[in-house]
Amino acid sequence: MRAALALLGRSGFYALAAWVALTLNFLLPRLMPGDPASVMLARFQGQLEAESLEALRATFGLTDAPLHVQYGEYLSHLLRGDLGTSLAYFPAPVSEVLLGGLGWTVLLAGSALVISFVLGTALGALAAWHRGGWLDRFLPPLLSLIGAFPYFWLAMVLLAGLGFQLRWAPTRHAYADGLTPGFDPAFLASVVQHAALPVATLVLASVGGWLLAMRATMISVLGDGAVTFARARGLSPRRVLWGYAARNALLPSLTGFGIALGYVLGGTLLTEIVFSYPGQGYLLLQAVRAQDHPLMMGIFLTITLAVLAANLLVDALTVLLDPRTRR
Amino acid sequence: MRALTRVAEGIWGHPAARLGAVIAVVFGLVALFGPALVGDPSAFVDRPLLPPSTAHWLGTTGQGQDVLAQTVCGARVTLAVAFAVALSVVLLGAAVGGLAGFFGGRIDDLASLAINVTLVLPGLPLMVVLAAWLPPGPVSIWGVLVLTGWAWNARVIRSQALSLRSRDFVEAAIVTGESPLRIVAAEILPNMLSILASSFIGAMVYAIGAQVGLEFLGLGEVGAVTWGTNLYWAVNDAALLTGSWWTFVPTGACIAAVGFGLTLLNYGIDELTNPRLRSERIWRAALVGLRPSREATPTWKEADRG
Repeated sequence: MRAALALLGRSGFYALAAWVALTLNFLLPRLMPGDPASVMLARFQGQLEAESLEALRATFGLTDAPLHVQYGEYLSHLLRGDLGTSLAYFPAPVSEVLLGGLGWTVLLAGSALVISFVLGTALGALAAWHRGGWLDRFLPPLLSLIGAFPYFWLAMVLLAGLGFQLRWAPTRHAYADGLTPGFDPAFLASVVQHAALPVATLVLASVGGWLLAMRATMISVLGDGAVTFARARGLSPRRVLWGYAARNALLPSLTGFGIALGYVLGGTLLTEIVFSYPGQGYLLLQAVRAQDHPLMMGIFLTITLAVLAANLLVDALTVLLDPRTRR
Repeated sequence: MRALTRVAEGIWGHPAARLGAVIAVVFGLVALFGPALVGDPSAFVDRPLLPPSTAHWLGTTGQGQDVLAQTVCGARVTLAVAFAVALSVVLLGAAVGGLAGFFGGRIDDLASLAINVTLVLPGLPLMVVLAAWLPPGPVSIWGVLVLTGWAWNARVIRSQALSLRSRDFVEAAIVTGESPLRIVAAEILPNMLSILASSFIGAMVYAIGAQVGLEFLGLGEVGAVTWGTNLYWAVNDAALLTGSWWTFVPTGACIAAVGFGLTLLNYGIDELTNPRLRSERIWRAALVGLRPSREATPTWKEADRG
């Protein structure tokens, strides 16, 4: 009962946050100085006929109706999944453009997240286990230093070095030109090749965080009764490390993993731009270049909703797994 | 004044903090006086994309500009904007957090709600949406970064104000009938100076990173010379394709050096004000400081020193 109430409270909070994002999305074009409608439409002057322009205005919801009527229409459009029309990819609807990039971003960021999490957590457990060993002394400072560089700058360096100079990796797009998407080996191999370098830069930039988080929890878990008891029972060190200590230390990192899942859509924007990878980030760049506000807003809304959903999921799991949070 | 000398001595006696302070001071001096020593960063000086030489120590850009001049002049704008953002963010955070923590009750609930909603919205996409509507330039970037970045400091300051609220000297001030605004400004905030200082430094690191990211996307004033536009032009002038590493490595290295130095300094302040922090946490502090996240809640309390 208490768990249900706690969850209801959290859902309410996330619903409020979503409403703030939606309303911000609605208010911004209407609050900004000048008339964004004419700015946007001026770009199409001469290319479009009068009635197309009117239709364009209508799809943006920039009518002469009072604000609350516009707001109602805006919400009802959103509920139907209608995010307006993209200017950069005119006349494709924003939702269609977004869906086109979604898969690539999920592939790129998802695989980077999983690899980074597994690698970082394992290394963190090892570093804590062999405390003061070479791994423990060498890796954390190195990864901290790497973490100080902007992550898209790391992508630039690796792309220039490994891509353009050494030609070890393809330098742009998600698969080779001339291939048709499908489940044939040639296409899949090309996709893996093209994703390898972007994923590597993302892992490089994020693995340190997982390592240090796991290392810190491991150190406190290693002093626990359970681990001492497992050692006293004469279990092999390997079993104590992975079966007892690491397992018990995993929960905070798993929470972090859940939250990071929400950032899968938004965490790789600038990396994708460097690699011209056709995901959300690349769309965002096109939107910025073409001043395509509907597309920008669509990207903002999708990423926000993903983040809120992941947060809610993590909260739900925490409430279910940890009785202390139900108070 | 004596307290200030003591802090300076403390930082100097702490190797990591000393390194951080030296880096920060060096870049501050470069930003202040450097542009007078190098030529006009936007001027065409030689053939495009020349590698480093004695004539141009860091080579030339894709538009034939001097990379050294661009890097040095970029430091001025980038660090000035970051400084302004950090100052505003800490002031706003102190006002919201301090008053919320002092009043408690409804006001605190409302402020906390605003803080938490701001924190849960994804930063970069929100910044992009805001910046795209504003005329490009440093003032717009400043506004966007303050709007998206104030909540973290407000949260930290609020929880500290909450714990100071019940202490005797605050109770005494309330009993003597001082106004809430005065109590927050004169009694509560001065007792968390180290938190304000480390909030400021953390906000600077955030502001540099976010600013560079936004400008890299083309949302800054692309005609200006900043660290972000340097990277923007490097990519757009085919520096990657031609392997002209000198056009983007210096700027990236400067960004990393400043970020790393500030984080070291911040860590030193943390440790000085809380001896319980052990030196092994330094790298964790460094990473956490560079990536504002949920886990980055400070575990130390200045009030504990009594």
